[in-house]
Amino acid sequence: MTTRHPLDLQRCAQCGAWWALRPYACAACGGTTLSWQRATGEGVVIARSDVHRAPDAQWRALTPYSLVLVQLDENVTLMGHAETGIVIGQRVNGRTTEINGRLLLKFEARHPP
Amino acid sequence: MLEPHYPRAYIHAAATTRYGRHEGRSALDLMADAANQALAQSGLQRGEIDGVLCGYATTFPHLMLADLLSEKLGLQPHYAHGMQMGGATGAAMIMLARTLLRAGTCRRILVIAGENRLTGQAVDTSIQTLAQVGEPDTEVPNGASVPAYYALLASAYMHQTGVDRETLAEFAVLMRQHAASHPHAHLREPISVDQVLASKPIATPLHLLDCCPISDGASALVLSADEGPVQVIGDGQAHRHQHLSAMRDVLDTGAARACARALAQAQLRTQDIDYLAIYDSFTITLIMLLEELGFAARGGAGERLRRGDFAVSGALPLNTHGGLLSFGHSGVAGGLAHVVEAWTQLAGRAGPRQIDRRRRALVHADGGVLSAHVSLVLQAEDMA
Repeated sequence: MTTRHPLDLQRCAQCGAWWALRPYACAACGGTTLSWQRATGEGVVIARSDVHRAPDAQWRALTPYSLVLVQLDENVTLMGHAETGIVIGQRVNGRTTEINGRLLLKFEARHPP
Repeated sequence: MLEPHYPRAYIHAAATTRYGRHEGRSALDLMADAANQALAQSGLQRGEIDGVLCGYATTFPHLMLADLLSEKLGLQPHYAHGMQMGGATGAAMIMLARTLLRAGTCRRILVIAGENRLTGQAVDTSIQTLAQVGEPDTEVPNGASVPAYYALLASAYMHQTGVDRETLAEFAVLMRQHAASHPHAHLREPISVDQVLASKPIATPLHLLDCCPISDGASALVLSADEGPVQVIGDGQAHRHQHLSAMRDVLDTGAARACARALAQAQLRTQDIDYLAIYDSFTITLIMLLEELGFAARGGAGERLRRGDFAVSGALPLNTHGGLLSFGHSGVAGGLAHVVEAWTQLAGRAGPRQIDRRRRALVHADGGVLSAHVSLVLQAEDMA
């Protein structure tokens, strides 16, 4: 598992595109120099599911929990947990949270500055 | 200019075991069962089989399954190996078999898959193994699983197209109706839309009856360059992502691209197809694929279903064996069962389950999270 901050993404040195899934090459321009950079964590919810059937006992103890896909302002998609009441289309902000001993992202409604 | 002459690829035989619970039977036991049936049906001698393609089994991760199976089945092929493309493996093996036949590498190929996915391991193990198609650092650690990936996908697709839970449920009901008359189907007891809606939530919007069961079972086919009742006349693939988080567009997953390649090879259009064998790991999978492949308008699969088009007596019969949702899902064999059924119906060999004769079937399978796509076009030779 990763020790990186969940908002640490990779950015192509050649074209500036952001990537969340740790590629070895930029799918936009083919560049192979990618550097780590922290994303803001702000974006829009594009998918949401409340998980009732967990994959193992540890997660079963926490059911139901909400998973979301968030399209970050950096134009990458990240999976994370969400606070209750979050809906598709809503602007959210991701912060780190420890669940089951892992550092994960939890998205909450974005509060006005 | 004359086109170079390639041998053609025909499917000569196709068989499945019963799907469901096979207590005490190994992945190999099940594969051998289906293979022996298909070989007997083909009328070929074992010495005539010169190619063996075999799907992986999660319950039996052997390094060289095709060699092992060949030894156990008394075969000595010129060409043999296993394949791993998730749910798309079955259709991909048919595509590769066709390629090998057309290239002249092989003349008669056994395609086989099976596993004891239900009784060979704990349900949690099965769910955890499958979840690994997710991204190990950013997806899997969130407590995600394949149903959760598809549930997220469903929520996005339903938001964009207006497909509702009732429509998902109607497809589960249709698959169960189709399975009812198949003696090998895992789940045959009729269900209603209300029962699907009221079944326990797995990962919303998907409930238990929106998900295929985990089954034991095996499927096998024999392909040959010699003329047979059904010809594979087109095939195509597309691979746009592995992980859900890398999917660029829920309306362009790769399915339509694979299908366009297969239809172009066959020199056919969507409206020339009169039978469908579409992957249905979840109800949402089936609806998304039907709509992206162009067999229904966006958000319109439910309307076609309600018109009766996808019924056994309809204009475009769909998964007449009950699909993964009710015939059952035993890994690679589950996806291959769609091909077995399409062959059986096209060849006119479905006995009491035979539908009005069909000319051309479109088979489509996906692996991962709509990640790997394979389309096939099958043609009934006596109807062509």
